[in-house]
Amino acid sequence: MWCAACGRTGSAGDDGHERCTAALELDTPRFCTRCGRRLDVQVYPTGFSATCRRCDGVHPRDRGRSMEDHDPTD
Amino acid sequence: MPVAATTPERNAAAVAALVADPEKLLRTVEEALLDRRETISADQAYALAEVDVDATLPGDDGEDRTVLDAMLDLAHRVRVAWTSEEVALESIVSGKTGGCPEDCAFCSQSSVFETLVKPQPLLTEAEVLQAAASAEAEGATEFCIVYAVRGPDERLMQNILDLTAVVHEKTRMHVAVSAGILTAEQAQRLHDAGVVKYNHNLEAARSFFPSIASTHTWEERWETLDLVRDHGMEVCSGGIVGMGETPTQRAELALELAEFRPTETPLNFLNPRPGTPLGDAEPLTPREALHAIALFRLVLPWTLLRLAGGREIALQDLQSAGLLGGVNGLIIGNYLTTLGRAPQDDVKMLRDLDIPVRGLQDLL
Repeated sequence: MWCAACGRTGSAGDDGHERCTAALELDTPRFCTRCGRRLDVQVYPTGFSATCRRCDGVHPRDRGRSMEDHDPTD
Repeated sequence: MPVAATTPERNAAAVAALVADPEKLLRTVEEALLDRRETISADQAYALAEVDVDATLPGDDGEDRTVLDAMLDLAHRVRVAWTSEEVALESIVSGKTGGCPEDCAFCSQSSVFETLVKPQPLLTEAEVLQAAASAEAEGATEFCIVYAVRGPDERLMQNILDLTAVVHEKTRMHVAVSAGILTAEQAQRLHDAGVVKYNHNLEAARSFFPSIASTHTWEERWETLDLVRDHGMEVCSGGIVGMGETPTQRAELALELAEFRPTETPLNFLNPRPGTPLGDAEPLTPREALHAIALFRLVLPWTLLRLAGGREIALQDLQSAGLLGGVNGLIIGNYLTTLGRAPQDDVKMLRDLDIPVRGLQDLL
């Protein structure tokens, strides 16, 4: 298990990750919680995508809004 | 217009006299802005930046109030008198994230620093259109596409021109662009393509800028603003406060912007990003942020003063105080690489404050 905010072992809220919880309030996940790899992140006005190339998929959402919440264009 | 040759002049004795008498300072500022409808002097601006905002003044109702409260109240009345009751909402998207060769000390997109931002390719047309449509649905009437570059190369220029056309075709939003330093030919092409407004922030006062970036100069930024204006686009230029500048340098930045008369002035608050030289900086307190807002409004009475990045961190629970302290624009939703408040929360806040939103009725 890797911290989505800092990429070290553990997770936001654990001992040594106190600042990570606050960081994720106004930032996207930056590291894959499965493998610790840095994520490809794209921020949009009403959401974001955070993708791990190794784990091949959209990172599990740590906050309520992600790309899936986007309104369809057409 | 030639590049500004000097820092706006500061008469130390005159500023000190105004700072020592905040009641007179605010009265003379009010007389200039509301009675004579004139902009204020450089000395008044410096005094507004340097005055003790926690000092108390007698209020009209017999209750004492702080200098800051009086400044915010005046700034609100000035913005209503010089602009309108309406607040304009804008959303932004990063069209190209990271990998920027510039070394701006506040920026997590600089390739010079080891930050958490991983460079990303240009957004596709579909992604930009989706971002624009979702922002429009939330109430934004302006959409700014921002690129982390020194300036656009031909491939990027073509991308900008194509995206401007498609966003205009598919939405009702005004398109603004921010793509760094321009040539005259590029400025002309952007104008011809329908780019209404070009953003290029001065970022910091001229005297402070060398502490922020070394790969380009403040004067280069100014020259691009010249090109933008000369080619018929509206100038959008502001800066970031809380980077270690003095209050006097905040006034200097506002005065330098005033010389240029930007249509819009985005006011950002430093959000210290890990890995940047300013990553460990202490954010402004809410009262410091409110002081900066009122100062910028009083120096730039005509401008669309827009609360931008970092407002969640600097203002915290006092977002509404900013809207009642001189602000008439908001960036809603997320920023380029970080998250913002939910747009619905900002729209609700505006409704609660009974502040009309530009263009929102057209959308409902």
